[in-house]
Amino acid sequence: MEFHLTTPIPPEKLKEIKIGDIVYVTGTIVTARDEAHLKALELHKEGKNPPVDFEGIGLFHCGPVMKKNEAGEWIVVAAGPTTSARMEIFQDEFIKVFHPGIIIGKGGMGERTTKACREETCIYGYFTGGAALLAADRIKKVKDVFWFEELGMPECLWVYEVEDFGPLTITIDTHGGNLTEESKKNIQANKEKILEELK
Amino acid sequence: MKDIAQVIEETAVHLLKIAATKLPSDIKESLLKGEKETEGSLGKSQLQAINENVNLAETYSKPMCQDTGLVSFFVKIGDEFSLKSEVKTALIKATKKATQDVPLRPNAVDMFEGNTKNNVGIRDYVPWFYFDLIEGDKLEIIAMPKGGGSSNVGMLKMVPPGKGIKGVKEFVVEAVAAAGPLACPPYTVGVGIGGGEDMCMNLAKKALLRPLYQYHEDQKIAELEKELLEILNKLEIGAMGLGEGPSVIDVHMEFAARHPASLPVGVVISCWALRHAGATIDKEGNVEWHPH
Repeated sequence: MEFHLTTPIPPEKLKEIKIGDIVYVTGTIVTARDEAHLKALELHKEGKNPPVDFEGIGLFHCGPVMKKNEAGEWIVVAAGPTTSARMEIFQDEFIKVFHPGIIIGKGGMGERTTKACREETCIYGYFTGGAALLAADRIKKVKDVFWFEELGMPECLWVYEVEDFGPLTITIDTHGGNLTEESKKNIQANKEKILEELK
Repeated sequence: MKDIAQVIEETAVHLLKIAATKLPSDIKESLLKGEKETEGSLGKSQLQAINENVNLAETYSKPMCQDTGLVSFFVKIGDEFSLKSEVKTALIKATKKATQDVPLRPNAVDMFEGNTKNNVGIRDYVPWFYFDLIEGDKLEIIAMPKGGGSSNVGMLKMVPPGKGIKGVKEFVVEAVAAAGPLACPPYTVGVGIGGGEDMCMNLAKKALLRPLYQYHEDQKIAELEKELLEILNKLEIGAMGLGEGPSVIDVHMEFAARHPASLPVGVVISCWALRHAGATIDKEGNVEWHPH
């Protein structure tokens, strides 16, 4: 099935989506990698809010290449997904605290994130890894940037307005499904077989 | 008389740009073939997106991936080439300039001072250089940026020598299976064997520079490369790890002599975007670009 979603994405809509479905997102997505996750969670612990409200929007695991044009405005040069697995250690807490609608990345995520997606109603979409220009093409506007000086270009929060951002293959749904884990299990089973037969 | 240092710098800036924006033709063809031959829609759509993205990069001269990598240079300096240590200085300058011009993402992070914002480390070592001394009057430069996602799945194992070649194969299978969907497959796999624990990793990376499907000149090693290619595809990792399409495009191995007590095996894995570009400069400053 194919879905075209607009942020903030209502939880009821997210529940209709299943692993293997294709999703396109219109609205707001925000980039966040390791350090931005950490910083947002630290602020929350101190009782403060990060500068962006993540509820129902897209959280994009991405460290883009950005450039200022002649008018001094930021423009996107390349913005494909980064490996999501690195965020597995705090993604579940992030979902519980900030409730993003869809997490966008590559390589898939593990059990903790899958559990949080089921309990808090969130999905994970897989953007083709490295396809940075396809992604940049769907970003219509750079709305804001936060923590640039402190974290640097790849790690800071870039707020993008996107139109039909995708195709995103859903590999974690709200029902506990995880397509990448299924693929990993298959890879492991194949590995055992190969090692047995190896001469 | 041309300013040779200037020629080196300009050439290296251009090499970094080619590497970031244009895939070598052998890789490009292999990915197109992969798209054509993949039957499942999940895998086919991933390869389609990759190939469309590669075309966009080439058409608009933009980096094909936002991770423009950590920069390394493979450099061969001829005995009669006029510059020596200044080659290094010129390549460092080129890295800074390419970061602005291409642009490349600033990827050099100091553990204490943060991102250096110019892809050059403040404590030396980055960009990383592989220097070799050769006869003649030429300088050969190959720029090779490598993304963090695929570097993270690189592996080293000191295999017990008693396990022999079978032990080598087992470890390569383990390493590629562990990479699984994490590092943007289809992969190209470089394997370095022998030397010490550092040398095998260097050899593994160097093996990635050999053109696809050009197997080792030693027939015994070539057979091993082909066998591993076949075996690794049985893992069914598939394009972007979704189980459909090619898992590994090619496997290249480099061997060095080993210590009797050690069998070091290094595995360096490249994502689909195996990026490199080279040129040779003669002592008059004439540049010959390598086929790309």
